[in-house]
Amino acid sequence: MALLQISEPGGAPDPHQRRIAVGIDLGTTHSLVASVRNGVAECLPDEAGRVILPSAVRYLDQGRRHIGHDALKEAAADPRNTIVSVKRFMGRGLADIADREKLPYDFIEAPGMVQLRTVDGVKSPVEVSAEILATLRYRAEDTFADDLFGAVITVPAYFDDAQRQATKDAAQLAGLNVLRLINEPTAAAIAYGLENGAEGLYAVYDLGGGTFDISLLRLSKGVFEVVAAGGDSALGGDDFDAALANWALGQAGLTVMTPEDKRAVLVAARATKEKLTTADHATLACPLSAGEMAVRVTREQFETLTEPLITRTVSAMRKVLRDAKATTDDVVGVVMVGGSTRMPKVQHAVGQFFGKTPLTNLNPDEVVALGAALQANALAGNAGAEELLLLDVIPLSLGLETMGGLVERIIPRNSTIPTARAQDFTTFKDGQTALAIHVVQGERELVSDCRSLARFELRGMPPMAAGAARIRVTFQVDADGLLSVAAREETSGVEATITVKPSYGLSDDDIARMLKEGFATAEEDMRARALRESQVEAERMLLATRAALDADGDLLDAERRAAIDVLIQQLETLRAGDDHHAIDRGVEALATGTEAFAAERMNRSLRQALTGKRVEEV
Amino acid sequence: MKLDSDDFELFGLPRRFEQDRAALDARWRALQAEVHPDRFVSEGAASQRVAMQWAVRVNEAYQRLKDPLRRAAYLCELHGAPIEAEKNTAMPAKFLIQQMEWRESLDEADTVEAVEALNDEVAGHRQQALTQLKALIDVQHDFPQAAQQVRALMFVERFLADIDHRLEQLGQ
Repeated sequence: MALLQISEPGGAPDPHQRRIAVGIDLGTTHSLVASVRNGVAECLPDEAGRVILPSAVRYLDQGRRHIGHDALKEAAADPRNTIVSVKRFMGRGLADIADREKLPYDFIEAPGMVQLRTVDGVKSPVEVSAEILATLRYRAEDTFADDLFGAVITVPAYFDDAQRQATKDAAQLAGLNVLRLINEPTAAAIAYGLENGAEGLYAVYDLGGGTFDISLLRLSKGVFEVVAAGGDSALGGDDFDAALANWALGQAGLTVMTPEDKRAVLVAARATKEKLTTADHATLACPLSAGEMAVRVTREQFETLTEPLITRTVSAMRKVLRDAKATTDDVVGVVMVGGSTRMPKVQHAVGQFFGKTPLTNLNPDEVVALGAALQANALAGNAGAEELLLLDVIPLSLGLETMGGLVERIIPRNSTIPTARAQDFTTFKDGQTALAIHVVQGERELVSDCRSLARFELRGMPPMAAGAARIRVTFQVDADGLLSVAAREETSGVEATITVKPSYGLSDDDIARMLKEGFATAEEDMRARALRESQVEAERMLLATRAALDADGDLLDAERRAAIDVLIQQLETLRAGDDHHAIDRGVEALATGTEAFAAERMNRSLRQALTGKRVEEV
Repeated sequence: MKLDSDDFELFGLPRRFEQDRAALDARWRALQAEVHPDRFVSEGAASQRVAMQWAVRVNEAYQRLKDPLRRAAYLCELHGAPIEAEKNTAMPAKFLIQQMEWRESLDEADTVEAVEALNDEVAGHRQQALTQLKALIDVQHDFPQAAQQVRALMFVERFLADIDHRLEQLGQ
């Protein structure tokens, strides 16, 4: 749980108190947690000295579970209950999962997101991911013997809204205070850029276990500006394994039937692929229910049969350059991220495309977590943190369904976040009093080719002639890349708003239920946990407000100051009680009551920071 | 400088078509460095909301200022000559004929080279039209005429997007 140090009432918090903030790379095949210690970002090891936590969760009976290395050991023996590469299922329906019949799981179709049946009951990908996140959280808390202030969690740049929301839900379930979701290639660029003082246009080629991202970033003095991002959220090392496994089975004249066989072949294929990184040939060998399998494969054969996968990444690179209106000559350097970039053929293809040798002097497994840790440290406001500014973009366009199943694009891809855009629509029929709003994400013209994010209705409009209503639909994407949509009929003032979540994400009730059903944090009573979280939030808000009043209290006249003091007093009283709903309301009241003050403070700081400087000097 | 300042005021730039892109970019980064929500992560909900509003506003202005066509449209609007493309659909016959010819060329182009040649031609045309637009706005201050030019350029822009789309298809 993210807890601030709470000082004595009236006592000032120690300004030199370090806030423990971590970066977490929640990867398809493995996950890491990193933090800045003594000014240096480093990955935190487990008690056995290993920094990598395999992203694997094995469910056993009676609510027991193994996570990481212990789970992976049993993957071949107990494939149905050992969930690996769960990231591929985050925010995805059953139909979205390619090759699902080749996977050893018992999938269940569920609204919005697929679920998995295990010996310990039905699990959502969010729950499985939360197990991994909680394990890393405990590791960090044990390392520092302290509670965490918060975490920056990385997601593939090409993750859509559903996948991002699912990741955030998993973090919430794991009791993490999410400071920010950031994109993996951006995190890698931070780690690389700060280390090397890099300036100019850089490409980050990130081929992980299950996702591929290509991002172009402009780096200059602590500013990381994403110019364009692209990729494929269902392309990664797993696909290379699958291609090799299928080929080998064909060579051996075998078809696998049992989940155990499926997992065994994939595990053997992965080991063979890794051997071929340095060896010219290797043998894919594993025991199957039908007998022993052993197929010799040369690197050349492997490269030929995975060629189409690499070609897909080359197409994505081309598209991103086109989006950025840049050529390969403009690119100063290419940073390689993700374990799959160890394949010689991948390095060769990237080198050939950009006409320069890719930078491989970073550990491709750790660089994302390290970058996230640097950003977490900066967000926590720790002294000595590098001044960082991340200007990231949304990877996919956001739009609405209009007549005829066509998409009206509202926010185009590669728009810098946070962003908001409004568009006016009107009614189609006379006397129409309701309007169905369908929010979609993607680049295609037809709604049916895009991903459906949410549907909601604007109801209770006064009947008007067709085309007379003025309905303003506003899309807003926050700094985490998450969308909310509001609709308002301008002549009558009727409004409807949705945070694009319920159609696939977890409702708050779902999360409460999962916590109750004995998730990793089960030792804590639900209500006590909610109360503690509310109290922490109240404390945070009170601290921030007092600091603001100390700094800029002169902006307020006596009357407004008194009004804020009353709200502070009320929240102090509520915080001492045990009604977390009341505390939440008190926090919200103070937030609302100080918003105008916050706006004036912003104006003042902008004036101080920017006026007097002429444009050329900025 | 306030949340409701116009884009040029917000960025401290002269209210004209011609702009120094480097100065615009530098100003954008300087503004975001002050207002981005990342700067206020530990300062409570009120500050977060204000920062979000500001960051959105700064990005909105930047998107508009850095795109020559949107910048021109914005200047026309500020000077009382709104674009209102849906209400002003009349275009000179010569312009429409050229549009049709381009569309036909695109339909017939079946190689990357042919599409790229067309792309170069249209992009060249666009560049010329933007130069005229600069004169109309910055020298002649003829905003109604500039608005008409913006409307014509919106067609060209859409066509360039279609060319891009085709290139994408051919590239796959």
